[in-house]
Amino acid sequence: MSRYTLDCRRLLCPMPVIRVQDRVAELQPGDELEAICTDPGALNDIPAWCRINGHRVLEAGERDGEYVVRLRVGGET
Amino acid sequence: MQRKAVALVSGGLDSMLAVRVIQEQGIHVEGINFFTGFCVEGHTHAIRKRDRKKPKRNNALWVAEQLGIKLHIIDIVEEYKEVVFNPKYGYGAHLNPCLDCKIFMVRKAKEWMESHGFDFIITGEVVGQRPKSQRKDTLPVVQRDSGIGDLLLRPLCAKNLPPTLPEREGWVDREKLYDFSGRTRKPQMALARRFGIEDYAQPAGGCCFLTDEQYSVKLADLWRARGAKQYEMDDIMLLKVGRHIRPAPHFKLIVSREEGEGRFLQGYRGRYPSLKTVSHAGPLALIDGEVNDEELALAARIVARYSQGKSASEVELEFRDTQGDTRLLKVAPLPPHELNPEWML
Repeated sequence: MSRYTLDCRRLLCPMPVIRVQDRVAELQPGDELEAICTDPGALNDIPAWCRINGHRVLEAGERDGEYVVRLRVGGET
Repeated sequence: MQRKAVALVSGGLDSMLAVRVIQEQGIHVEGINFFTGFCVEGHTHAIRKRDRKKPKRNNALWVAEQLGIKLHIIDIVEEYKEVVFNPKYGYGAHLNPCLDCKIFMVRKAKEWMESHGFDFIITGEVVGQRPKSQRKDTLPVVQRDSGIGDLLLRPLCAKNLPPTLPEREGWVDREKLYDFSGRTRKPQMALARRFGIEDYAQPAGGCCFLTDEQYSVKLADLWRARGAKQYEMDDIMLLKVGRHIRPAPHFKLIVSREEGEGRFLQGYRGRYPSLKTVSHAGPLALIDGEVNDEELALAARIVARYSQGKSASEVELEFRDTQGDTRLLKVAPLPPHELNPEWML
């Protein structure tokens, strides 16, 4: 299992979701990805994308004025 | 063998119903949603405070979750430019290239369908629903020009159209499809009730900024000022934000209307020179174009006019260049009668 970070700062919805989607496609099941965003909409959209695509949200919240979503890649993308 | 369909999911009711109708026939459906850069939801609600009261959901994702389908969001910003610049079938009432847009999206969906082993495409189109892209004579054009042919099924109006391959082959039962037509929404609402769908997005004027008159005026102005039809992602996002004021052909101001927009525009201060009132609370403005000292003073007077110092004899502003160097300007706010209405985009 590997951990990765994705910088989605200054991107507005739905670009953070697209970036996460494209990065997850390159990762292995079990890998963790942390997306750091400045658009608060990401706190809804990235978890929604995870739910419908079979990935697990480990954390979604505000940290130091930014919005962070941490997920674990599911069995299929 | 379970057949697989890819659905164009906009986030609105029609595509939602189309998916549900096909799911009922035992077809595996996944959604595809294209991001052109002009999509109404998304950017806007993140910027303006008043928009933050609205649900912060991406409707396409929300619809996919309600339907229990996967959704693939595809960034087509770069490729889409050609559709906007040179639509073969022209623009609609504004700068909306609706028919070319639909052809392009179906063609992209076809590529996706083929590379992912899916069998056909479904859309929520209804014959007669839209003045340009959903007419009886233009629906076949989408099939022909996109290359999808009869692998495009429109479940909500299929009975008004010739049978497609999925119907002829018995992958779907044509009798269980619908014959909706025209601009009325009643049949869709009735079908939504039958499916128990109570919550759905009802975007006024569609889900694309290019159907918006004011936005189209600003985009046409951008092209005129640049001397060519061109834009970058930042350009089309900035057209959604602030007051756009062009006092002269070679420069315009983008003036924030509230705090959220001001914060958003701050992110562009490395690309555009900016003005910010310092003696009074007021907006942040970006200057798009080269200005001399006289024009800068006029720009400062316009910005001051939108600050809380609009009635003061003098307002102080900070001018900041793209390198971050600053200097202070003191100006008299422009009186309302000197603000030429033709400057307002």
